[in-house]
Amino acid sequence: MIKEFIQGLSITAKHLLPGHSTTVDYPKQKLEPSERFRGLHRLVPDHDREKCVACYLCTTVCPAKCITVEAGEDANGKKYPTVYQIDMLRCIFCGYCVEACPVEAIEMTGEYELANYNREDFCFTKERLLK
Amino acid sequence: MPEMLSLSNDPILFISVMVAKILAVFIVVILIVAYATYAERKIIGRMQTRLGPTMTGPYGLLQPIADGLKLFFKEDIVPAQSSKLAFVLAPMMILVPAFITVAVIPFGGDIVIGGFTVPLQITDLNVGILYVVAMAGLGVYGIVLAGWASNNKYSLLGGVRSAAQMISYELAAGLSIIAIFMLSETLSLRGIVEAQSGSVLNWYVFSQPLAFCLFVITSLAEINRTPFDLPEAETELVSGFCTEYSSMKYALFFMAEYANMIVVSALTATLFLGGTAGPFAGPINILLKVFAFMFVFIWIRATFPRVRYDQLMFMGWKVFLPLALLNIVITGAVVVFL
Repeated sequence: MIKEFIQGLSITAKHLLPGHSTTVDYPKQKLEPSERFRGLHRLVPDHDREKCVACYLCTTVCPAKCITVEAGEDANGKKYPTVYQIDMLRCIFCGYCVEACPVEAIEMTGEYELANYNREDFCFTKERLLK
Repeated sequence: MPEMLSLSNDPILFISVMVAKILAVFIVVILIVAYATYAERKIIGRMQTRLGPTMTGPYGLLQPIADGLKLFFKEDIVPAQSSKLAFVLAPMMILVPAFITVAVIPFGGDIVIGGFTVPLQITDLNVGILYVVAMAGLGVYGIVLAGWASNNKYSLLGGVRSAAQMISYELAAGLSIIAIFMLSETLSLRGIVEAQSGSVLNWYVFSQPLAFCLFVITSLAEINRTPFDLPEAETELVSGFCTEYSSMKYALFFMAEYANMIVVSALTATLFLGGTAGPFAGPINILLKVFAFMFVFIWIRATFPRVRYDQLMFMGWKVFLPLALLNIVITGAVVVFL
């Protein structure tokens, strides 16, 4: 019995030594998310504007129906989204939009600090997603 | 050696020295209580591979002050069905015995002030240990009263458990100290410290190892400290006797718990570890011993789960009590025949 008591005490004593903490001092110290982490979306830019061709595949596949796209045509007759908006309050970060995109115009970043004070701020417009 | 300072030879100096000693001890105890909460959270956090408080001040050092302020400004709720007087009285009744026990603990040798010898101890009762045991017994009234006055079944269960636990463990604790004053032949704590002076090997922890272990364990049970914190077992009794308490009254219970820890640490240091003896000045020696004990108590809390109620009773009556009696018999035989 005494042996087990000492064993228990030695385990806790070992944890007390510096360098045994598994907790990260979060706001001061941040962990790197993995390569495949599904965080905030990003619209991939192509030269002067976004790659997106407004094909509506992402809005179709989105299970949370959080993507709003409105298509327009530029001077050369190429389709592009006049509006591309993601409602982060609805998004479930499933990554289907990335999979569905035929031109790889949307991707997911490691950005995970998405808390905000107003509902309006959760609406990510095309300009914010291009950053 | 100059004359001992007393009320008869210089009343004004005596009273001012007394007030200074009381204030010093009180402030030191309050400070240790405040920072024991911080140390406990930090050490237990580390032992559970967490960080503990980090946000208030550097390394979270202002956490006790923030906690105190928060509790101070919280709403003070007195349940409508409680007995009001007893409800208000209970937290004070538990805190006061915890604090006044410190009065008999010597925290240094003699110093000379104005041509008189002043002992560094608030008062040297010739029945010092009896006083300590009496105050420990008084402490349970606060818990029982809190449990009963709250008019809540969990509080009452906590109070009843506490009473049963105290009765079972006070016996073994008291009996383990008896072996000490069979050796020292005095009940005064000052006398016991003097009996241990000279060399480290005179400390009673070496001549009375069994009594030392028994006293530390039963004291843990007496102050309701983990692994014997059944009166406030969160898993079964919400928060035990302090379920209905809020605001500063709750803070008083909390302070009493830590003050009791300090008392038990100081008492164990005085009875078994030579009190103020050591390489530094008297007060620093005893503080170091107190901190060491507090650390061990925190360490135990971080490591061991709570004992079951039947295990608690089994250990109290069938293990510790016979062992304490056996220790008295052995000590008696050694004192008489050797």
